[in-house]
Amino acid sequence: MSPPGTPRLELSGISKQYPAVRANDKVSLRVGPGEIHAVLGENGAGKSTLMKVIYGAVQPDEGEIRFNGEPVRVSSPAHARKLGISMVYQHFSLFDTLTAAENVWLGLDKSLKLPQVAERITQVASAYGLDVDPQRPVHTLSVGERQRVEIVRALLTNPQLLILDEPTSVLTPQAVDKLFVTLRKLAAGGCSILYISHKLDEIRALCQQCTVLRGGKRTGVVDPRQEDNAGLSRLMIGAEPPALVHRESKADPAALPVLSVRALSLAKADPFGTELKAIALDVRAGEIVGIAGVSGNGQQELLAALSGEDPRAAAGSITLLGSDISRANARARRNAGLHFVPEERLGRGAVPTLSLAQNTLLTRTAAVSSLGFIAPKPVQALAASIIERYQVKAGGPGAAAKSLSGGNLQKFIVGREIDAKPRLLIVAQPTWGVDVGAAALIRGEMLALRDAGCALLVVSEELEELFEISDRLHVIAQGRLSPSMPVAEATIERVGEWMSGLWPQAGATAEGANHAAA
Amino acid sequence: MLRLEARPAPSQRMALLSPLIAIAVTALLAAVLFAALGKDPVRGLAVFFFEPLNGLRATSEVLLKATPLIVIALGLAVCYRANVWNIGAEGQYLLGAVAGGGMALWLTANGIVLPKVLSLTLVLLCGVLGGMFWASIVALLRDRFNASEILVSLMLVYVAQQVVNYLVFGPWKDPGGFNFPQTRTFDASTWLPPLIERTRLHIGFLLALLAAGLTWLFMFRSYRGFALQVGGLAPAAARYAGFSSRGALWLALGVSGGMAGLAGAMEAAGPLRQLTPHISTGLGFTAIIVVFVGRLHPLGIVAAGVLLSMMLIGGELAQSRLGLPNALSSVFQGLLLVVLLASDTLIHYRVRGARKVVAG
Amino acid sequence: MNEFALLIAATLLAGTPLALAGLGLLINERAGVLNLGAEGMMLVAAVAGFAVALSTGSDLLAFAAGAAAGALLAAVFGLLVIWLNTNQYATGLALSLFGYGFSAFVGVGVVGKKLADRTAFEVPGLAQLPWLGDALFKQHPMVYATMAIAVGMAAFFYKSRTGLVLRAVGESPESAHALGYPVRRVRFLAVLAGGALCGVAGAFLSVVYAPLWVEGLTAGRGWIALALTTFATWRPIRLLLGAYLFGGVTMLQFQLQGMGVEVPSQWLAMLPYIATIVVLALISRNAAFIRINMPASLGKPFHPSH
Repeated sequence: MSPPGTPRLELSGISKQYPAVRANDKVSLRVGPGEIHAVLGENGAGKSTLMKVIYGAVQPDEGEIRFNGEPVRVSSPAHARKLGISMVYQHFSLFDTLTAAENVWLGLDKSLKLPQVAERITQVASAYGLDVDPQRPVHTLSVGERQRVEIVRALLTNPQLLILDEPTSVLTPQAVDKLFVTLRKLAAGGCSILYISHKLDEIRALCQQCTVLRGGKRTGVVDPRQEDNAGLSRLMIGAEPPALVHRESKADPAALPVLSVRALSLAKADPFGTELKAIALDVRAGEIVGIAGVSGNGQQELLAALSGEDPRAAAGSITLLGSDISRANARARRNAGLHFVPEERLGRGAVPTLSLAQNTLLTRTAAVSSLGFIAPKPVQALAASIIERYQVKAGGPGAAAKSLSGGNLQKFIVGREIDAKPRLLIVAQPTWGVDVGAAALIRGEMLALRDAGCALLVVSEELEELFEISDRLHVIAQGRLSPSMPVAEATIERVGEWMSGLWPQAGATAEGANHAAA
Repeated sequence: MLRLEARPAPSQRMALLSPLIAIAVTALLAAVLFAALGKDPVRGLAVFFFEPLNGLRATSEVLLKATPLIVIALGLAVCYRANVWNIGAEGQYLLGAVAGGGMALWLTANGIVLPKVLSLTLVLLCGVLGGMFWASIVALLRDRFNASEILVSLMLVYVAQQVVNYLVFGPWKDPGGFNFPQTRTFDASTWLPPLIERTRLHIGFLLALLAAGLTWLFMFRSYRGFALQVGGLAPAAARYAGFSSRGALWLALGVSGGMAGLAGAMEAAGPLRQLTPHISTGLGFTAIIVVFVGRLHPLGIVAAGVLLSMMLIGGELAQSRLGLPNALSSVFQGLLLVVLLASDTLIHYRVRGARKVVAG
Repeated sequence: MNEFALLIAATLLAGTPLALAGLGLLINERAGVLNLGAEGMMLVAAVAGFAVALSTGSDLLAFAAGAAAGALLAAVFGLLVIWLNTNQYATGLALSLFGYGFSAFVGVGVVGKKLADRTAFEVPGLAQLPWLGDALFKQHPMVYATMAIAVGMAAFFYKSRTGLVLRAVGESPESAHALGYPVRRVRFLAVLAGGALCGVAGAFLSVVYAPLWVEGLTAGRGWIALALTTFATWRPIRLLLGAYLFGGVTMLQFQLQGMGVEVPSQWLAMLPYIATIVVLALISRNAAFIRINMPASLGKPFHPSH
C-alpha cells in the first residue's frame, strides 16, 4: 500500500505525435485515491488519446506515468488491467452474438471459469445497483443495458482506477442519475475515477477535480464546483461560448405542414433494429422541430423512412407539400425539396476516398446533363462555393473527403444540403464530434434557414442543443413518438420521463417503460 | 525491424509505380526460377518478354491474344469497381462463344450468306447476349436469394465448360469431321476481317480499343458510372444518394457478362472459326489479373492486356524453345498478381524503421 | 441392397476431402478471414502429397506434406492480408490462380504415375457387420479422423476459452483489440490451421480418393468447400453432414451412368456444381438468418488504430 497522500495516478509531460497532429503535448494529470476527476475538452482536444495512453492501448512518445507512486510503463490493456486500471469505452467493446457473461469473461484474465463469472456478475451487479442478466445475448440488450455490462466487466477486475469515456451520451437523464450513484459508491470504496466528458453540468454535479485540455495541451486544473460555465468554457475553448440569438419562429400554425407523417409503422429491417409504431408528426415552414431520444430507440429507422433510404413505408403515411412520398426513393424526394444530413459523415454523407467535388454529385445533380453525362467544371465550382461560404478548411475541391476534420466535413455536408435551397431539411446529430466553432456555425445556419422559410427536422441526442434551436420538441422512445411540446415548456426532467415512454397518451400503457428506462 | 506506417493520404506516385515494381520483382523471381530449372535466366526472360514482340508477325500475335483479354477485363473493371465480384468471366466468355458460334453455325448450315457487316453484327450480338444471359443467372441469384456472386459465377464456369463439351461432342459435332469433337468451320462471311494482311490480327483489336474509350467515358464522365462506383466504395453513401444497389448489380453483371461474351464470340469468329473444347483456355481468369495490373482503369487495362498476352505467348515459346512446361506462364501470372497486391501496400503505407519507445 | 451400402461408403469417401477443406475454411472464416485461395492450396498440396507418397509409400508422410504445403501458401496469404492489409478477395484469388499454375508446372513430372496398391483398411470387428460393415466401417482412417476433427472443432468453438476468443475476433476485431487480444496473431494462426486442413484435403484427394495427379485435379472442390461454410452456417458438424451430402451428389453421377440412365455424361458432370448453386441460393435466402450466424467481420480488413 502506498503512503497516504500519494496520488493514485500521476502523468508528467505526456506527449504523443501522430502524422498529421500532435494529440498530446506535455500533458500532466494527477488523480488522488477515491477521487472523481473529470477530463474536460472539446472534440479533438486529445482526451481520447490520453486515456489510451493510460490504458496501454497507445504508447506515449515522451513523459512519465506513475501509478500509486511507482513509475510504470503500461504496455498493453492487459497490463493495465493487471495494474488495476479499467476502462469503459464510449463505443462499447462488446460482441453481439455472445452472452453478457461470455463478454465479461473475455474482458477478464483467464483465471476464472465461465459459471463462476456469471455468479460474480450477479453479485457485483446487485452490490452497485446495476441490473444485468448474465445469460442474455448482448444483441438483445438496449444501449443502456450494454453499458451496464461494460461497467460490470470493468468492476469485476477490482479496479483501483476506472476510466469512463463519455458514458452519458447513451443514457436518459434518470439513468444518468443512477449511474452517478453507482460511481459515488465506487469512489467511496477507494476506487479513483477518471470521467471524460464535455458536459459541464454533469462534471459539476459529479466531480471533485477537473483537468481541462485544449489542442493537446493542458489549460488548467480546477474544482468544477467552484467554476461557472463561462469559466470552464474559457479553459476549454479559449473564449466564452458563442451566444446564439434565438428569434421566435414565424411559422403559421394554420398553414399546411411541409412534412406530414401519419401512422407510420415499419417492421424491423434487420434483426438488431427497432420497430416503428404509429409515428405521427408535422413540420411547418419556418419552424424547427426537434426529436430527442437516447440512441437505439428508432431514430435511425425513422430517418431512413423519411429520407427514402428505406422505401417500405405504407402509402399515405409520409406527405411532402401535399404529395405522398412514402414509397419514393431518395432522389425523387430530393427533387421534391427534401434534403437530409445523415449522422454518419464518412461512408454515408460523403464517400471518404472521393474528392469534395465528386461528393457534391451525391445529392446535387444540376451538372448532370439529360443524357447522363457529368460536366466537370460546374461540379468543381459548386464545391468551391460551398467551401468558401461555409468556411470549410480543406485543400480545395479536389481534396479527399477523409482528409478533412470531422467539423469541416460536417460543415461541407450541411452546406451542400442548405445550398440546395430545400423546402424541408432533415438533420441527424448536427454537431456530434464537431469542434465548438463549427458547431456554432452549423446551428446558426440552421436558424437562418428556418428564418428564410424552410422547415427543419432535427434529430439529436444532445438535449442542450435541441433546447437551443428547436421551436417544438418530440421524444422518441422504443419506436414510438411522443406528441410535441413547445420548447418553452420543456424541462430536462420532463424530457427524461418521456424518454422512458411516459408521455400522456390516450389509453397509455407503461409496459415498454421499464425497458426504455435503460 | 521495419514497420508500416499509414500515410496521411494515398500516394499517387506509388499508385502508378506499383505495377512497374511488381513487374520488375516478378521478372527477378522468374530469372531465379529459370536458374533453378537449369536454364539461362537471361535467355529465359528474353523468350518470355522479348521474343513475343520480335517482328510484325509476332507483335500481331500478341495483339491478337490481347484483344479478348482487354475486352473481358474492361467489363470486369466496371464490375469490380461496383464491388460485384464476378469471377466467372470464363464461363460468360464460353457462353458468348457458344451463342456467337451457334449463330455462325446456323448461318453456315443453312447456306445463308449475308454481307459481312450484317453477319458479323449478328454473330457478335449473339455473343454479347449469350454472355449477358450467363451473367444474369448470377445477378438473379444474388438479387433474389442473396447468394454470393463469387461462388455462383465460379460454379457456372464448370457448368459452361460442360455445355461446350456437350455441344461439340454431341449435337453440334461436324458430321464431316471424322468424329473429332469440333463443329463445322464457319462460313467465311462470318469471319472477322483482318486488320493487318497476312496476319491473324483482326478488327477485333480496334473494337477492343473502342471499348476502352467507351468504358472510360462511362466510368469517369457518366452519372451511371459514378453511381456504380459509389456503390462499390461506400454502399451506405450510395443508398443515401438514392442509387439503386439492385440496378447497380444488374448493370455491372450485364456489362461484364456482355463484354466477356463479346470476347468469346470474337475468338470463335476470329482466329478459331469453329468451336472446339480448346476454346476454354483460362482467358477469363487471366483477364482478372489484367484488371488488377491495369489498376481497374481502361488505359491501364490496355497496357496490362498486352503485357499478359506477351506472358501467355512467352509461355508457349518457352515450351517450344526451352522445353519448359506451358504451365509456367500461369505460374508467372499468379506470381505477378501476388507481388502486385503486396507492392500496392506502399500506396497506403510507408516503410519505416521501428520507433524507439521512451520508458514511461 | 448391398449397392446402397456401397453408395454410402462411396459418399463418405467423396465427402471427406470436401469436409476437410470446409473445416479448414471454417476456422478461417470464424476468425473473420475469407480465403478464396482454397482451390490453389488444395492443388499444390495434392501434388506435394502425391509426390511424397510416390517416393515414400507412406500415407502419413503424404498428408503431412500436404498440410505443410497448404500451410505455407496460407502463410503467404496471411502475411499479405493480415499484416499488409491487402484486399482479401483479390489476394485469395491470386493465390488460387498461382496455385493452379504452380501445381500444374511442378506436377508435370508425376502425371500418369501410379501409386503402390494399398491394403484396404477395415475397422476390426465392426467391419464384419452385415450391411453396416460395408457401408460405414471399411473406410480409410482419414475418413474417421475427419469426423473426429469435426467433433473436436465443435468442442473447441463452443466449449473452450480459446475458441471463444477466436469467435470474438471474428465477430468484432476492434472490440477484441480494445480488450487487448492479439487479433492479428489469432487470425494468422487460424489462417495457418485452415491452410493445413485444406492441404490434407488436397493430399487425400490425390493419394487416396483418385489416386493420381492431373492438372486441375480438384475440379472446383475448393470453391464448393467455400459454399459449404455458408451452407453449414459456420457450424462444424453441420459442415461435415453437408460435405457428405455433396459427396453423395458427386457419386450420383456415376451411379446414374452405371444404371444406364440415358443422359449425356456432361449433364451428369454438371450435377455437383448445379447442386452447389441451388443449395447456396436456398440457404442465403434468409438474409437475417445469415446475418445472425455469420462472423460479422468476415472479409473486412482490420486496422489496429495505433
